[in-house]
Amino acid sequence: MASLFSSNPTLASNPSYLFSQAPHNLAAGNKEHGFYPYTDNGGSTLGITGNDFAIIAGDTRSTSGYSINTRYSPKVFRIGGDDETGEGAHIILSVVGYAADGTALKERLNAIVKMYKYQHGKKMTVKACAQRLATILYGKRFFPYYVTAILGGLDEDGKGALYSYDPVGSYEREQCRAAGAAASLIMPFLDNQVNFKNQYLPGTGVGHDLQARQTEPLPLHEVEQLVRDAFTSATERHIEVGDGLQMFVVTKGGIEEKYFPLKRD
Amino acid sequence: MPGFDFSNYNRNAALHAQGVPLPKATSTGTTIVGCIFDGGVVIAADTRATSGPIVADKNCEKLHYIAPQIWCAGAGTAADTEFTTAIISSNLELHALSTGRKPRVVTCMTMLKQHLFRYQGHIGAYLVVAGVDPTGVGLYTVHAHGSTDKLPYVTMGSGSLAAMAVFETQWKQKMTREDAVKLASDAIQAGIFNDLGSGSNVDVCVITEEKATLMRNYITPNQREVKQRGYKFKRGTTAVLNEKIITREEISKYVTLHELSSDDDVVVVEKMDIDA
Repeated sequence: MASLFSSNPTLASNPSYLFSQAPHNLAAGNKEHGFYPYTDNGGSTLGITGNDFAIIAGDTRSTSGYSINTRYSPKVFRIGGDDETGEGAHIILSVVGYAADGTALKERLNAIVKMYKYQHGKKMTVKACAQRLATILYGKRFFPYYVTAILGGLDEDGKGALYSYDPVGSYEREQCRAAGAAASLIMPFLDNQVNFKNQYLPGTGVGHDLQARQTEPLPLHEVEQLVRDAFTSATERHIEVGDGLQMFVVTKGGIEEKYFPLKRD
Repeated sequence: MPGFDFSNYNRNAALHAQGVPLPKATSTGTTIVGCIFDGGVVIAADTRATSGPIVADKNCEKLHYIAPQIWCAGAGTAADTEFTTAIISSNLELHALSTGRKPRVVTCMTMLKQHLFRYQGHIGAYLVVAGVDPTGVGLYTVHAHGSTDKLPYVTMGSGSLAAMAVFETQWKQKMTREDAVKLASDAIQAGIFNDLGSGSNVDVCVITEEKATLMRNYITPNQREVKQRGYKFKRGTTAVLNEKIITREEISKYVTLHELSSDDDVVVVEKMDIDA
């Protein structure tokens, strides 16, 4: 009987239930009052790299439950700028999840990247910044920043670089990544359209011999179109995504910011 | 024995106590409103159906027929609002046939509340009932536990506060039909844009002494913009690992086949959105 529900470990280890016995809850006694320090502010982010650029985008809606806190709360930031406008920055960071932690994390990384420049007299590489961000996140291993971060920029060879993180600092360099509320809607689209997963070249064979379509770095304007379509589609099907799309593009010419309105329902 | 089958209740409660999650019903986290005017009543609803944070249906119908001049807007568990209104619609029709009179809105409201109270809130139907009968105009709300209200303007669902804010600032006594329709659809739009559980289009139903007029998709303020790219794949992009052809002769041994002479024979209930 228990093996029927083997997907649930608690059942397998504790199969002793009597159907004659009425289900009971935990004994009433002292009531535990809890404080939960995190909230989920919804929204989604996404990053894609090309040969000589990196794009990170995010919607600008901030939610709590069924309410909209604001229709414009940026989730993507310039890191290592000369002033509060972010002028002179060379790295971009997106944070999605708990907005307060996102802001705190961005402020901290920004200060560290600036201090690095003052102390060493040179800009921090994206690679170094990525490792430092992992260290910051793991530093709060037992009271984490409740965010999924994506870091972007250009590497030492001028190629697009993108790093994605979990809330406690596990990270990886990738070609593309979606994060946040609609990640499960956007990521399969990216797998198919950026890495050409499940796409084969017609007429190159039969059955298993069919040749898979090889990946090739996409040009900037195509990536921009994919990002916009990903977000308009996520807005259609996820209630926490919408209002506005903010997009940061890093090239050797600097960081360009773009904004497109999204549906507000 | 008519009614619901509770034979799995004990088993499900036991499984739940051991950590198996309960199945999630589609909740129409909704904005629905109703408002009387000089000579009739108007009800309106948004068209978004959700399942958790996912939009299950972008253009669902939340305005239900009960009798020719009694209509009902439903919020809460989608299946419960549909089946509850359907069963009361049936019983009210039988009632009208046996009495030989037009059904009354109070009768409908009383049948709904008695049905819902019997199930102690387990039927998650939150309704706005409106209509015109020989006694005049009727507008009620019915909650899942069986309580009711009779008011000149009402709102329900997750967007009820956004919608009520509009009514409380703009509602006037003895409005014209046009003003009432405008006010009700404005209230729904407040829900659509400020409540995440509500969205897409506005459906309106106006009921007067003469007739009921359903205005499906009265306002469509959330049309999707055209996509930046086309996503048509070349034929043969998907690998075919196995294929089996079942001939017409073979399948007709098991099922009866009917020849369709033209496209007119195919009934299209609702047109599906597809990529160009």
